[in-house]
Amino acid sequence: MAKYQFRLFIAGQLGNSLTAIANIKALGSQLLRGEYTLEIIDVLERPELADRERVTVTPTLIKDAPLPVRRLIGDLSHTPRVLAGLSLSAEEQARTK
Amino acid sequence: MNQSPLPVEKVPSGIEGLDHITKGGLPAARSTLVAGTAGSAKTIFAAQFLAGGIAKLGETGVFVTFEEPPADIRKNMKGFGWAIEAWEAEGKWTFVDASPDPSLAAMPTGQYDLGALIARIEHAVRKTGAKRVVLDSLGSVFSQHGETALIRHELFRTASALRKMGVTSVITAERMEDYGPIARYGIEEFVADNVIILRNVLEEEKRRRTVEILKFRGTEHSKGEYPFTVTNDGLVAIPLSAIELKQRSSMLRVTSGITMLDEMCGGGFFRDSIVLISGATGTGKTLSVAHFINGAAQRREKCLLLAFEESREQLIRNATGWGMDYESMEKAGLLKVVCEYPEVKGLEDHLIAIKHQIEEFKPARIAIDSMSALERVGSLKSFREFVVGLTSFIKHQEVTGLFTSTTPTLMGGTSITEAHVSTITDSIILLRYVEIYGEMRRGLTVLKMRGSKHVKEIREFNIDETGMHIGKAFRNVSGILGGFTTQLAQSEVERIGKLFE
Repeated sequence: MAKYQFRLFIAGQLGNSLTAIANIKALGSQLLRGEYTLEIIDVLERPELADRERVTVTPTLIKDAPLPVRRLIGDLSHTPRVLAGLSLSAEEQARTK
Repeated sequence: MNQSPLPVEKVPSGIEGLDHITKGGLPAARSTLVAGTAGSAKTIFAAQFLAGGIAKLGETGVFVTFEEPPADIRKNMKGFGWAIEAWEAEGKWTFVDASPDPSLAAMPTGQYDLGALIARIEHAVRKTGAKRVVLDSLGSVFSQHGETALIRHELFRTASALRKMGVTSVITAERMEDYGPIARYGIEEFVADNVIILRNVLEEEKRRRTVEILKFRGTEHSKGEYPFTVTNDGLVAIPLSAIELKQRSSMLRVTSGITMLDEMCGGGFFRDSIVLISGATGTGKTLSVAHFINGAAQRREKCLLLAFEESREQLIRNATGWGMDYESMEKAGLLKVVCEYPEVKGLEDHLIAIKHQIEEFKPARIAIDSMSALERVGSLKSFREFVVGLTSFIKHQEVTGLFTSTTPTLMGGTSITEAHVSTITDSIILLRYVEIYGEMRRGLTVLKMRGSKHVKEIREFNIDETGMHIGKAFRNVSGILGGFTTQLAQSEVERIGKLFE
């Protein structure tokens, strides 16, 4: 089982959604060395999932594993905040360089 | 070029009285902004809009909450008798929970929008076929996400999504003060076509709630502030001047319970009229009320007595002293005595309570003893509104009303009640003390009798164990109404001979 598990809620396949998908994929391959799973949920198609997780804004990224569960909103383009929000280890963060 | 636009269709708001003011309800398939300060009953308004749709029209609704969690709303609204939980189970009421939750706190990492929220609202509306949507409240959206151009834009997008779905919506917004900018962030009113303001103003140390329709795009509504109150059934607005003066006035007469007084009034009171009896303490106002009730009971007409000055026991004992048996009248279903301290509630609530009593008991007559006891409950403005609201309601019901008013001075004088009630009442009867050579006597006169001839004399009356007995007119005495009686000089023999001719 992959170390990191993400769910990304997006609304449609445009603008913010595409930026967020590109950003989380880049982070996953560079810093997490591909040790992650990513489920992309389009709220226009699966609104009941947004309801269940009480997601109001898109994009919203939920990190389900490792615990604690964390939420990030926005297109994930502010990297320092993304790193802080996901609380990656020092070793993982060092891979940015 | 005289093409009038298509009339705006309206849907019942679910709020008693408000549809009179809005002339039919809230504009259908549009958004109405309900703005008010903290504690102005915005959330109740919003919830009642949905509850009314479900209970009265079978229209399902969606409640989008940005502020209180659904559990709190369910609990807080239970007191109004709205079974939100049961409605949720039946798919009639759906919450879209966007309330802040510290455990869901999220770090912003770039551009975002409210796409998920809009998708959830659309989903809830589609799934349940909802006709009504509530957003409570816009201010909380700003406090959660900051007041940015982006959020403004997103709110416009939400409003236009609601419009596209064809639902009628109520959007609440905070105001900082009761008289000031429409809403806190200054953009909310552009989100909606229609604006309703709720106020909760401190006036002469008393809280006064009012509702005002500020803007209804392309449709008619009544202007100005109207009082409203929060009852056990939710909000109730009191549409004073919106009440049309279309009371049918009949020429039918009813008895005052006193034969001589009927004669003085030209054959009794008119059935759809309001009669005011004014006098100092102890002049016989409560007795006149007793005769009025007794006269009704003898003709098998139902009478509602609202007493604000005496307890039930006192009233029954006094009536017994005049030979009238309230208790057996009540047993026969001809009388209902309601005793209350005026201070137990505000005037708006008194008005609502009286209306409910009338609707429930369906009396042919109503007596209020005394109207002036209610003066001290509210501000002058509230009192006037109360009187206007009550009289027009009574007249609509084709009920004969008898109000009493206590004058502040023993001799002569008028009260606030008279100043406010006299123009509305159809008849005024004055009871006065008359001092003649160091002796206190009582006089009665019919001051006004709209639409009828009446006796203009001031007549003496006595009170004994069978009630009030009206005698002859005072002669050779003047200044009774002013309270300064003067006897015309004449010989003692003549005086005695002519005084009560």
